[in-house]
Amino acid sequence: MKKRSLAAALLVPFAASAQPDPSDWEAVLQEAEGQTVYWNAWGGSTTTNDFIVWVGERVSEDHGVTLEHVKLTDTADAVTRVLSEKQAGTDSDGAIDLIWINGANFAAMKEADLLFGPFAEELPNWAYVDTEGKTVQTDFTVPVEGYESPWAMAQVVFMYDTADIAAPFGSMTEILEWSKANPGRFTYPQPPDFLGTTFLKQALVDLVDEPSVLSQPVEDAPYEEVTAPLWAFLEELTPTLWREGRAYPQTGPAQLQLIADGEVDMAISFSPGEATAAIANYQLPDTVRTFVLDKGTIGNASFVAIPYNSGSAAGAMVVANFLMSPEAQLRAQDPEVLGYGTVLAMDKLPEADRAAFEALDLGIATLSPAELGEVQDEPHPSWMTRIAEDWALRYGTVQ
Amino acid sequence: MLRHVPLLTLVVMLGPVAAGLWGTLLPAFGHLPGAGLTGPSLNAMQDLLNWPGLVQAMRLSIVPGLLATLLSLVIVVLVTAGWSGTRTFGLLQRALAPILSVPHAAAAFGLVFLIAPSGWISRLVSPWLTGWDRPPDLLIVQDPAGLAMTLGLVAKEVPFLLLMTLAALGQVRQEQRMKTARNLGYDRVTGWLKTVFPPVYRQIRLPVYVVLAYSMSVVDVALILGPTRPPSLSVQIVKWMGDPDLTLRLTAAAAALWQLGLVVLALLLWRVGEGLVAALGGRWIETGQRRCLDQGLRLTGLGFGVLATGVVTLALVGLLVWSFAGFWSFPSALPDSFGLRNWSRHGPGTVAAMGETFLVAGLSTLIALALVLGCLESEHRSGRTVTTRGLWLLYLPLLVPQTAFLPGLQILLLQAGADVGRLPVVFAHLVFVLPYVFLSLGDAWRAWDPRNAVVAATLGAPVVFAHLVFVLPYVFLSLGDAWRAWDPRNAVVAATLGAPPARVFWRVRLPMLLRPVLTAFAVGMAVSVGQYLPTLLIGGGRVATLTTEAVALASGGDRRAIGVYGIMQTLAALLPFALAIIVPTVIWRNRRGLHV
Amino acid sequence: MSDGLTLSQVCITDGGQTLIEVDCAIAPGEVLTIMGPSGVGKSTLLSFVTGTLDRAFTATGKVWLDGDDISRLQPHLRHVGILFQDDILFPHMSVGQNLAFGMAPGGSRADRRERIANALAEIGLTGFEGRDPATLSGGQAARVQLLRVLLSQPKALLLDEAFSRLDTSRRAQIRALVFDMARDRDLPVLMVTHDAEDASASGGRVITLGE
Repeated sequence: MKKRSLAAALLVPFAASAQPDPSDWEAVLQEAEGQTVYWNAWGGSTTTNDFIVWVGERVSEDHGVTLEHVKLTDTADAVTRVLSEKQAGTDSDGAIDLIWINGANFAAMKEADLLFGPFAEELPNWAYVDTEGKTVQTDFTVPVEGYESPWAMAQVVFMYDTADIAAPFGSMTEILEWSKANPGRFTYPQPPDFLGTTFLKQALVDLVDEPSVLSQPVEDAPYEEVTAPLWAFLEELTPTLWREGRAYPQTGPAQLQLIADGEVDMAISFSPGEATAAIANYQLPDTVRTFVLDKGTIGNASFVAIPYNSGSAAGAMVVANFLMSPEAQLRAQDPEVLGYGTVLAMDKLPEADRAAFEALDLGIATLSPAELGEVQDEPHPSWMTRIAEDWALRYGTVQ
Repeated sequence: MLRHVPLLTLVVMLGPVAAGLWGTLLPAFGHLPGAGLTGPSLNAMQDLLNWPGLVQAMRLSIVPGLLATLLSLVIVVLVTAGWSGTRTFGLLQRALAPILSVPHAAAAFGLVFLIAPSGWISRLVSPWLTGWDRPPDLLIVQDPAGLAMTLGLVAKEVPFLLLMTLAALGQVRQEQRMKTARNLGYDRVTGWLKTVFPPVYRQIRLPVYVVLAYSMSVVDVALILGPTRPPSLSVQIVKWMGDPDLTLRLTAAAAALWQLGLVVLALLLWRVGEGLVAALGGRWIETGQRRCLDQGLRLTGLGFGVLATGVVTLALVGLLVWSFAGFWSFPSALPDSFGLRNWSRHGPGTVAAMGETFLVAGLSTLIALALVLGCLESEHRSGRTVTTRGLWLLYLPLLVPQTAFLPGLQILLLQAGADVGRLPVVFAHLVFVLPYVFLSLGDAWRAWDPRNAVVAATLGAPVVFAHLVFVLPYVFLSLGDAWRAWDPRNAVVAATLGAPPARVFWRVRLPMLLRPVLTAFAVGMAVSVGQYLPTLLIGGGRVATLTTEAVALASGGDRRAIGVYGIMQTLAALLPFALAIIVPTVIWRNRRGLHV
Repeated sequence: MSDGLTLSQVCITDGGQTLIEVDCAIAPGEVLTIMGPSGVGKSTLLSFVTGTLDRAFTATGKVWLDGDDISRLQPHLRHVGILFQDDILFPHMSVGQNLAFGMAPGGSRADRRERIANALAEIGLTGFEGRDPATLSGGQAARVQLLRVLLSQPKALLLDEAFSRLDTSRRAQIRALVFDMARDRDLPVLMVTHDAEDASASGGRVITLGE
């Protein structure tokens, strides 16, 4: 008996002191020193993997935090992991300390109270973040409320090979017309892959008359009526797709290989700088350029979130903060590295940093911020779930 | 202490399988208390049955599984029947040797690039022959029938079954049987099929079952080569296991039971087929027919044998070329430029992953080796050997589909709080490593005693190696012969000289058996290196080995990165074998009696 | 019981069928030969004496050595040396290591080495310590094997067809060496053979089986 109460006494203060306070940054830095942060991030892109390695080196130098990249094939795996741990009662020192996340996965984790925070707006580098021009405080229309911190802006662009396509297209309908005239030259990643569902959403946004309906949850909208143009579009498009729509690339980057092999001429991307980076890595021919649609394309921010049971929340916040630093943002925007859009506001930056951003050559296949044009809002995440389900029913199995 | 080792070994090997099946059974019937669900209910089964892809996913488990097993067996039988004992056979055998150690995933990556419409074969004949300056829009990889997947499996199973057959041939006195048959006027193939095949098949039956169970439930090969609308049942199980929607886990568990049932059903079907073939064969023997398309069958066998060798070899060369490639467009047969950029980008990552790979593999194999040596020594001292029933127990972890018990094991480990990290992965690997170490070492070990050597030769030898990764046949073949020639009385002499059992073990038996011990170690390492699903599910993603990294990269389709990882993965499997050959040679360089 | 090796009412059966029955006493320095064709259980009898009888057999009776009952002792505690027809030298050890393996423990390293060198000289193999056993001729290997047994200081010596692999010229020479050295050390010797010449050369009693 005595033994047990002693153990309990030893355990209680330990559990109580587990969560660091982001408003006391000095204390966070102290606690972070020596911690190992397991960052669960999709591992299918070699350029992103390289960037994460670099981040690891920098936070190790500056703050003594060890960063381990856990390479996922699907971000949902990480969500599942945290859920399983919660069921199993693993409420401290879980397997995951940081997740690259957004959209439905964030909504699910926030809803289920699986996140640590709020912390994002307490981070020192939050001061530089562009809170007005960029969608960093809502994530697919779900309020962020400090439970995840942004580190990259993404916007849909289409990569096309100028050796095969003379001029870019202005709308989804034009893409359809071209695909009909040139069958087998276009495809998109198979939903529920993130980029695949993005293509469906982009098509929906471009095809509906009044996109504002998409900002409500799907339950509150006349779903059949709103999505009818999308399904009609896919009915026409699918037979003209690569492999007649009988097979799809499994991920976004897999499309790059298809373009390089000359199997397809065009592909969707959620990163305006991806084409330039891929050309540098020999993954794309140097004749590839990008375009956006006339009405604009959808965009969102990539975030990092910290699970509620992370044993290294302090270290994770240090990494999250570093990701928002001008140094990391500049590197991420460098097309030779990642080519991701920055989340920072240029007018909030110190002079030297602003000059560095302006001096950056975005590369041959990257559109300038002006050319990227208007960013359209992501539909409410419930749309994505519903559309992906419907797609699976219609196209997901051999008919 | 030593007395309890066999029991401990069984627990370590079968415990996780039994626990995993239990952990699968509960959620399959709606019981997952962690998620607030208590059963029993049939909801999960209902959900599974309502899934529109079920029939197709099942077909993708059964058809490629049976087809790959059947094709591999037929090719091996034709090659052996038509060519064994010839120089051609020796050459083929030598060419197949290195292929045995190529991990499935690496071979599959290479195969994709080989056979895709934009692949190497297509490039080599374009545009001068085909007129293609763009790849044709043909559905070759990821075809809905699963043919590409079947091809990938066949290319890897042929070397495995051939090795099993070679081991069995030594035990059935093939030459004597063939001489008799030829004297009676039988042609080569017909004579072999009628006189040698029946006893050989009896010995390779269990390995054939392993091939069948494995082919039906394979995940990594199906992810790379298989169709996706829908994928095969096992791949879908893994997808459901990873879905944030918890109810899908119940569906996954239900599907896992379904998968187990399918494998059992297929095994029964195969057994019925065996009976049928035996009956037909019996009638054929009675006809006294001396020849039946012999020349044609010989050439067909050789053609397929060469094809199987060529495909994997070319696939590996393809990986190598991609790992050094600059930009490489269709239809160029070679890259526009070569360079080290890919290696400098991905090389460091592979080194880190290789460290983790060897750590997990080394730990699990060391534990396996200690347990197996303990079993064998205990067996030696007590005079009891493994029975046929015991052999089935050894095979059990290899016959139960991984997708049937690993999900349950993950759920149980999580509930026990023993999740994540290296150690659970080590023990999960142990389940698969132990049988192989046992089977590959038991033979040589028991061959010390001539009476047991008979048992080992008839039961042990054909099952020494596995389909996941294989051993170099010449090591195995030379070992078998060497150990059969050993004098059994070493132990008697050592004991009468006053050496107690422990001293005999450490000073005489172990050093003399250094070569088979190291070979068994290499087999264990190679098995562990090739493990994808246990590492992924039990490691919770934290344990990144070459295989999990390579399969994750495959989803990104970056052939240069895949090339680097595939080559490193192959090297990781080969290295222990190289050491198993080199180390004893160096240590015993002045001991002619131990040269092979 | 007196000194020497005594087999008292030893009976070995194989599945209920009697294989061999022996009751005899061998005095120190004496050689007893058991003669018979192969398959009559001569070697089985020897494995009963060394304590390595296969489980498939059942044995009754007792083995006495210098007045002690050794029937229940483990093989390594019996002090019974054995020579086989094949030279069972451990292939991973040098000649010297083989001898050292057999030599009873104790003594300094230099001392043990010296004793091995002297022993090798005694049988005409001076300087053979570092040799690989696989490079020895049949006669040399047989001598090293004998030496190894004797260095282990056995209290009895068993010969299991020990000379049948040697060619005729060496055979008599080795045989004489073995008997001489055993007699010098007052060892009781139990020899099984199918060769009448071995039996007559031993100059001792002969029991003939299987007729």
